[in-house]
Amino acid sequence: MDGLHDLGGKQGFGRVRYALDAQVFHEPWEKRVNALYSLAVRLGIFNMDEYRHAIERMEPRHYLSASYYERSLTSLATLCVEKGIVTQEELDRRAQGAFPIAIPSAPGRANVASRQRFVAGDRVKVRSDYVPGHIRMPGYIRGKTGVVVSESPVYPFPDAHAHGIEAADEPTYDVRFRSEELWPNSADAALVHVAVFQSYLERA
Amino acid sequence: MTVQLHAPYNPGRLRELRTVMTDRNDMHPNIAPVERRVDAIQDAFDARGFKPAEVIEEFEHLTEETWIPQNGARVVAKAWTDPAFKQRLLANGRTAVAELGLSMPAHHRHLVVLENTPAVQNVICCTLCSCTAFTIIGLPPDWYKDLEYRARIVRQSRTVLSEMGLELAPDVEIRVWDTTADTRYMVLPVRPPHTQGWSEQELAQIVTKDSMIGVARL
Repeated sequence: MDGLHDLGGKQGFGRVRYALDAQVFHEPWEKRVNALYSLAVRLGIFNMDEYRHAIERMEPRHYLSASYYERSLTSLATLCVEKGIVTQEELDRRAQGAFPIAIPSAPGRANVASRQRFVAGDRVKVRSDYVPGHIRMPGYIRGKTGVVVSESPVYPFPDAHAHGIEAADEPTYDVRFRSEELWPNSADAALVHVAVFQSYLERA
Repeated sequence: MTVQLHAPYNPGRLRELRTVMTDRNDMHPNIAPVERRVDAIQDAFDARGFKPAEVIEEFEHLTEETWIPQNGARVVAKAWTDPAFKQRLLANGRTAVAELGLSMPAHHRHLVVLENTPAVQNVICCTLCSCTAFTIIGLPPDWYKDLEYRARIVRQSRTVLSEMGLELAPDVEIRVWDTTADTRYMVLPVRPPHTQGWSEQELAQIVTKDSMIGVARL
């Protein structure tokens, strides 16, 4: 889905709020959230692709205004409700107030049928796919051409894995793009490497 | 007939609109404070026998003592002093870090180590969320997961690095690595020239998390 989470290349943001030796956590509850969603994954309540997608499905205003760990919490609660572990009513009652969860999911998809194997040096094009469900292709590479640098081991296909759809595991390719081709006349010169699932690619 | 371009002034309607917008922006009129929402999930898990308190304690231990940047620092120091190890590290990061007793979660099936040189600066990010090789370089710092870094580092790399205090000569090539799948990355920083003759332990002490993300040089 073309959601607000897909931030790469978006303009209008200010300086990175950077500090030396920056913290990972700011409040004790943040660690609890991290531990609780790890526990849910360990218990098999949901997988990491479902977890990522439930963050992406947050109501956009909530997504942008929530802190990182509030997004984690919202994903955890959403999936626990959707999987029947708890009800929205129980969450609201226990929290003594409204416990907002994400917007329901749209359909996912299985692997692309015409997947091809690539080797380092191949020129590849990112397919112009628009899907309503989960995808791990950042929008800024859609339709763009790059060069394969390497191949990874196979992983579950996120577009399927986030939706409980049977699919083959597939490799990802580290694909090298030039920032000047991703954003012509509007980027600092750099090579931008993106890990791209095989289903997202075709030969250029 | 007159064409009405703007609705006539209607204070009641304006008030209604403002109420809707305010409610929307606050998400909910009576949204529970975040800490109470965490309690709610934890209590619900506890009621189902999932033993959340034990897991939270275990997790705190992991974040403070196990998933720390000193792991990656040991890897870097070893690579600086042992050329054969460095070759193995660049060829297969996951098996090389295992030689030092370091492990990665099962779903991080691949660790790619990116070697900086005086002419090349690698920098890692996750524009979609927050993925990192956290068992090796430590959990990602707040700014790494924040909107600004995710939005800008891929497109304005030199500007952002400069704003973060890393001024690179114009001929230094920047390579940004966006962690959009389950391959994980760490940057192997350039060894500072003044460290000739230092021991591996001494070297490990100067390696920072930020240098392994690639936003700082040592």
